[in-house]
Amino acid sequence: MRIVVLVKVVPDTNAERTLSLETGLAERATAALVADEIGERALEVALSYADAHEGTDVHVLAVGPEESTTSIRKCLAMGAASATHVVDAGLVGADLGLTAEVVAAALGRVGYDLVLAGNQSTDGMGGVLPVMVAEHLGLPSLTNLTAVTIGDAEVSGTRLSEDAAVGLSAPLPAVVSVTEALPDPRFPGFKGIMAAKKKPVEVLSLADLGLDADDLSTSRSIMLTIDARPPRGGGVKITDDDGDAAVRLSAFLAENHLI
Amino acid sequence: MTIAADSILVLLDTTPDGALAKSSAALLGAASTVGTPVALVLGDEAAAKAAAELGAATVLRAPAPDSQVGVVDALVAAAALARPDAVLASHSVDGREAAARFAVRARSGLVMDAIEVARDDQGVIARSSAYGGSYTVTSTVTHGAPVITVRQGAVEARAEARPLAEITLEVAASGVAAATTGSVEVAEKTGGRPDLRGAAKVVSGGWGLGSKEDFALVEQLADALGAAVGASRAAVDAGFVPSSAQVGQTGVQVAPQLYIALAISGAIQHLAGMQTAKTIVAINRDEDAPIFEIADFGIVGDVFTVVPQLIAEIEKAKA
Amino acid sequence: MQREIYDEDHEAFREVVKEFVKRYVTPEKAKQWDADGEVDRATMKAAAEHGIVGLSVPEEFGGAGMLMDYRFRSVVNEELIGCGHGSALAGAVGIHDDLAVPYIAHFGTDAQKAKWLPKMATAEILGALAMTEPGAGSDLRAARTTAKKVDGGYVVNGAKTFISSGKTADIIVTFVKTGEGNRPDAFSLIILEDGMPGFEHGKKLHKMGFPGHDTAELSFSDVFVPDENLIGGVEGRGFVHLMMNLPLERLSIGAVAAAVAEAGVKWTIDYTTSREAFGKPVIDFQNTRFRLAEMATTVDVMWAYVDRAMNLYRQGKLSADEAAKVKFWCTEREWEVLDQGVQLHGGYGYILEYPIARAFLDARVHRIYGGTNEVMREIVARSITGRK
Repeated sequence: MRIVVLVKVVPDTNAERTLSLETGLAERATAALVADEIGERALEVALSYADAHEGTDVHVLAVGPEESTTSIRKCLAMGAASATHVVDAGLVGADLGLTAEVVAAALGRVGYDLVLAGNQSTDGMGGVLPVMVAEHLGLPSLTNLTAVTIGDAEVSGTRLSEDAAVGLSAPLPAVVSVTEALPDPRFPGFKGIMAAKKKPVEVLSLADLGLDADDLSTSRSIMLTIDARPPRGGGVKITDDDGDAAVRLSAFLAENHLI
Repeated sequence: MTIAADSILVLLDTTPDGALAKSSAALLGAASTVGTPVALVLGDEAAAKAAAELGAATVLRAPAPDSQVGVVDALVAAAALARPDAVLASHSVDGREAAARFAVRARSGLVMDAIEVARDDQGVIARSSAYGGSYTVTSTVTHGAPVITVRQGAVEARAEARPLAEITLEVAASGVAAATTGSVEVAEKTGGRPDLRGAAKVVSGGWGLGSKEDFALVEQLADALGAAVGASRAAVDAGFVPSSAQVGQTGVQVAPQLYIALAISGAIQHLAGMQTAKTIVAINRDEDAPIFEIADFGIVGDVFTVVPQLIAEIEKAKA
Repeated sequence: MQREIYDEDHEAFREVVKEFVKRYVTPEKAKQWDADGEVDRATMKAAAEHGIVGLSVPEEFGGAGMLMDYRFRSVVNEELIGCGHGSALAGAVGIHDDLAVPYIAHFGTDAQKAKWLPKMATAEILGALAMTEPGAGSDLRAARTTAKKVDGGYVVNGAKTFISSGKTADIIVTFVKTGEGNRPDAFSLIILEDGMPGFEHGKKLHKMGFPGHDTAELSFSDVFVPDENLIGGVEGRGFVHLMMNLPLERLSIGAVAAAVAEAGVKWTIDYTTSREAFGKPVIDFQNTRFRLAEMATTVDVMWAYVDRAMNLYRQGKLSADEAAKVKFWCTEREWEVLDQGVQLHGGYGYILEYPIARAFLDARVHRIYGGTNEVMREIVARSITGRK
């Protein structure tokens, strides 16, 4: 079985992340790029399955800038067998729609029985790429899963939405996304790093996938303006020395119709 | 029956028992600020009526489908009928996924997680926040009607009630493969307390509460205000509350009218999940806690002293 | 200043160590180690799983094969120390990988390598090195622990002290007298195993620093050790073996000193940035800025020196004399940088909750062990003057 895991490379959330006010793009210089943790969790699902089922081929697919290589190597060091990296100047600032098209086209090229992804990235927070890919490929999607069971010919799991936990199942091939409820990903060791150096990474451009970023037939989202959030005005700060803080807060809330 | 030329097609989520989701009022409210709200209701007539009461000028209704693909098929049929200027859906898991699949099928541009919709001379635009509210971005699409998902609890506008004008929607099945739905377990509601997502008021507690037992203080204040309960990652890691209550970068992102942070210092990760709140109140013993830098009203003091007094004051004000 | 000895493999490995630190080297864990006086074995095994322990074990025995390349080891030191609560673990790993494994990997017989190294790669077996005796420190020829030849092995009698990892180690590479007199060929290295009858651990030593890393007294009363435990299988090679590992031993202390000093600068910058005095952050006062500039520059020079030594070591060109320079010079700069860091922390620099205070106490021994800095100076003096 070939499991393809979608890994997104994102600015490290532990660092201050900034957007360029000119281009609206993430300023890469200010925060290191790392493989999104939720994608690593998805990879863990694939690797655990592969550990228990010989003949499972775990492939990593990433769409992102040159600097993504380090994160892709990490996924290989964790245990993935091979990777595809789509990198193209035309993808700078790509919207979800274009990204989904690229992922779908790349999946068509590498082949898959199961596509695994994180439910939501820590930078875009869109949470829809997996279903968009599924729609492109005409596949069933089982998303936002808090538990996954991979079978020989089908996949099932529990989907968590706002109101309910829903049991879902579908025959393979299918697209699955997982939440933070899944186990922590493993992390590589010295030997994994050395082994990863010998694993194949195919680098593809948009042209290789037969795609054109400037194709205008599909509507794209575009950014009109971007503003740094105005710093919140230093509000009132009082000390509860006289014991009247609660009264004053209550008055503040009432004034603002919040009680 | 005709549909307004400036129609805004609104996909309304339904709960497992068939009622309209709470997000519906804000979605129709948002739609009414940029055009004429046309609701897509996948359910029974009671739900259609509810949609009209929340301001839908026209309700397109079809039976509840048994899969996400069915919802998307209905959206395709509804859009063909209404020819809307924009399609709105809730940024809930169900809402955004249906909207995203629809956008792919309709080759439409998609704008996610808007906190406001507006019109400029070219059409409908959306404002959203990036990186946990550090930036505000205005977006639209290159052409055609944008598909926009709207963050729950972010829009205050409400539309006026209308008489029910319903059109039965004929939905052609696309035949796209869908997952099969098995068991459905309705999420447990915590004692009538509102859900964190989309709540108008949120009271959150941090590690400084000290223990699971003492975290009850947060719940008491939340109940006095009719607020949802949240927590910092540290409080979740310490086991005071389940992880579903975590507000922050990796937890729930909230944009309530009122956010009260109790004994939360305000790590970047936490701020990223709540700094778009309209009014922020912080109570913390540490006067240097970063949370005070963004608080509209800060109290340097002991939560165990201030909060019980505050609850008493609120009860007095409500009486 | 940008260091030039690391490539992408080292940086990838650094991420591994960072993740390990995040998951396993928590402040709570460090408190536990301090309370227990030792690092727990589970953590050592977890580190071995990720190749953080066992770097010096040859590949054919399951290790990383980095015996002659200290760069990965230095990455481990930098990250464990830099996090502010991993010094005990850094110490325990260092003793195993720099002081125990090399004697077996370099000088052991094939049977000894096959017997011990695979388990040393996984930390199922931890090693230590015992040279110092109550009456013989830097003056090793005064060692009086004897190994008398008997049928099938040796009977060992004597005592060792200040043995790092002495309590937790399963095997102790022990410096013993197998001959008469104090000529160099009277000494050998022999492996004593924990649990051998007559091998006792003495009282726990209360040290100034490194509370979380065990240091023990060992006593041997008629301990029978089989022939197969004599390192290299030939008597009289003890001194030669020790001499051959001296470059690594001294280099490792110098490299640790640089890592600690670098961390000390970082902690001091963090502290003085957040601490205010007279209405502004302490870091904005000229004195703080000048002192930090000196500290940071000192660290750069330390790394320039240590990195050069690591490069020479990799080529087999670092002599014990040159390594002695690195050891004494770096540990003294380390001490100065930390002392300055403590000062800039004010009263908090004296409080053990702060990493700078703990590092300061830990660092004192760097000028003492691995050969005192006075002995190091004497060695350097001999090498440059040619006079004994």
